[in-house]
Amino acid sequence: MSTPIPTPSPAGSAPASGTTDTVPRLKIQGVGRDFITRSGTTHAVSGVDLTIERGEFIALIGRSGCGKTTLLRMIGGLLSPTAGTIEVDGNNLWRGTTVDESAITKLGFVFQESNLFPWLSVLDNIALPMKLRGASKQASRARATELAALVGLGGFEKSYPRELSGGMRQRAAIARALSTEPDLLLMDEPFGALDALTRERMNLELQRIVLETTSTVVFVTHDIPEAVFLADRVVHMTPRPGRVRQILPVAEPKPRTIDTTTTAEFNEIVRKLRHDIDEEN
Amino acid sequence: MNRQKVMRILPWVVTPVLVVVIIVIWQLVVTIGQVNPFLFPPPAAVGEKFIGLFTTPGIWGHTLTTLSEILIGFAIAVVTGVVVGVLLGKLPWLEASVRPLIVITQVAPKVAFIPLFVIWFGFGITSKIWLSALLAFFPIMLNMLLGVRSVEQGQREVMKSLNASRTQTLLQLEMRSVQPYLFAGMEVGIVLATTGAIVGEYIAGSQGLGFLVVSSMNQLDAALTFALILWLSLLGLALYLIVNELKRFFIPWHESVYGLRNTTA
Repeated sequence: MSTPIPTPSPAGSAPASGTTDTVPRLKIQGVGRDFITRSGTTHAVSGVDLTIERGEFIALIGRSGCGKTTLLRMIGGLLSPTAGTIEVDGNNLWRGTTVDESAITKLGFVFQESNLFPWLSVLDNIALPMKLRGASKQASRARATELAALVGLGGFEKSYPRELSGGMRQRAAIARALSTEPDLLLMDEPFGALDALTRERMNLELQRIVLETTSTVVFVTHDIPEAVFLADRVVHMTPRPGRVRQILPVAEPKPRTIDTTTTAEFNEIVRKLRHDIDEEN
Repeated sequence: MNRQKVMRILPWVVTPVLVVVIIVIWQLVVTIGQVNPFLFPPPAAVGEKFIGLFTTPGIWGHTLTTLSEILIGFAIAVVTGVVVGVLLGKLPWLEASVRPLIVITQVAPKVAFIPLFVIWFGFGITSKIWLSALLAFFPIMLNMLLGVRSVEQGQREVMKSLNASRTQTLLQLEMRSVQPYLFAGMEVGIVLATTGAIVGEYIAGSQGLGFLVVSSMNQLDAALTFALILWLSLLGLALYLIVNELKRFFIPWHESVYGLRNTTA
């Protein structure tokens, strides 16, 4: 069903009432997901508890198969949990296997692939979510132009996705996810397909964008320095079943620079994570 | 000159040269081989007949008849092919249950149906329209079926994460990403629709270019037969190019269109 909701959503800028201030952006309690296959039941995610405050940047890290992407897809309304509850701003996201539509409109999702529509220009791709919500063409174009500039795609508004590099496509995908002013930005290894140099550049850009938009972010990655560089807290998950093993806070002040990656604290956290993840074998 | 430029110019240079070469060989075969001109007329005779064709009374009427058969048949094929293809693509249970029937009708020599169409619809243009439609229907329907099933999963998830309704997903994603498949089917379909109309006229016609071909053959006028075949080929080429231009207009973003423009290999 379509319920056109005008942008921006009220909770985007300021809390509607005093009480919402104290409600965490995201509250995950006892969440689990089983997959039933021919060979039996796989516990992809099991008993995950996690509370994320407004404006926090959370990185989910772990080996492949640790359930980090499954968890993110459950938070994103793409996959229903088989156990537990997920609350966005105090509202249950899932009712059984159906997703609450008013809760999902608060989310923005960035995938590993940019998944841009090849028949739309960069501007129209960015404006797509606003179009789906019934925003006026003029307003959504103006906003999309702003967002293109924000993600560093100024001048490429009329280009088609095929004319962009991999990094530029991901910038466009980030702008598209930001276009509805989501309260919560969910990113599934968004830079996983990029080369190391582009990736470093994108991490700096993402940090700048997040600080400018004061977004709350859940960021899935399998790159340890990337997780530590971006996150306020790094959530380390272990496979079979997918559980949270530890949560490491990163106290380095923001904005972080390339020099941050050479500080003792940064490297201590990276070293600890490397050892802990290596031990899993 | 760079490689890209050469690739673009190449067909425009080679094609006329090849045509001239073919005509020369043709003339040589006729002259040296001492072929009976009633069986294999020289190019000059065909050219003369071809030019004379357009002053022949009734030629435009016959051309119009054949073109209407092709275009009406093709239009029917596009509409039914899209509807059936989308339905079968969207409803796997329906596709599974009618698949054997589709395979049988697909492999059946559809030209063999023309006597039936004549019995049902008479000797007029209706029977040819149906043969045209029947031939063009399958490639369009099968391509649509494939297209509906080939919408990228990642793009579907984008729509899902944006809380898009079914109608929005249909209009903004499925209808758009199916277009290259539709045009692939239409490119094959227009050629088959042309074949259908002409074969129909061969077998059971009193008007149309196919009928003219048969009657020129009965008059043992091989040069006229050649000229008519040439005219039919040019019409078929024009129809194909129109479909091809439509494709370029509607899906400039697709590899099959922009890939040709930017090709270097």
